[in-house]
Amino acid sequence: MNETFKIVSMILILLGTFLILVATFGILRLPDVYTRNHAASKSTTLGIMFILLGTFLYFYYEHGHFNSRVLLAVFFILLTSPVAGHLLSRSAYYSGVKMWDRSVEDDLSKEKEEKD
Amino acid sequence: MFDLILKIALIAISLATLCLVYRLVKGPSMQDRIIALDTIGINLIAIVALTSIVLDTYAFLEAILLLGILAFIGTIAFAKFLEKGEIIERERDL
Repeated sequence: MNETFKIVSMILILLGTFLILVATFGILRLPDVYTRNHAASKSTTLGIMFILLGTFLYFYYEHGHFNSRVLLAVFFILLTSPVAGHLLSRSAYYSGVKMWDRSVEDDLSKEKEEKD
Repeated sequence: MFDLILKIALIAISLATLCLVYRLVKGPSMQDRIIALDTIGINLIAIVALTSIVLDTYAFLEAILLLGILAFIGTIAFAKFLEKGEIIERERDL
């Protein structure tokens, strides 16, 4: 049983690292704020959740220590990180940051004109 | 095996943080910089978790939750400041 937990924890940590690397690559390479925010908020959230679950499993099989704070942190990050991404995107839109010049549709523009 | 994976993960996350510093310095708009800072905070959480596995202690796991909460509050405050120009609004005077 210990070995199973160990392998699962290793796989979780590797997956989380991979997802964080992918998020960084997206933040470096994508063309405007909104696409960068899209890359950052989703894949970083899943990556950090995987890494924290791996940490939790490690302490559970190695020490028999059930650390509820790590689980609480996983839940908290799952709840708050997309909200932070949404608020950043919204503040970028309403403070007039330009979209990528090859994007084709802007459904919010009418609402923005009413607000101004 | 597990040690090797931990080292690989720590090096990869450190490199990711370094690349985010580039976005933090260069980013054309203010929101880019805040996205980079938020992601650096999350990478910091991962580094704390992996370091506590390497050191084989669970004394640092409270810091994970704390860093998560602080990164969230900081990002919210910055987003509100950039959208409305102030963080805590004054009372409405009629």
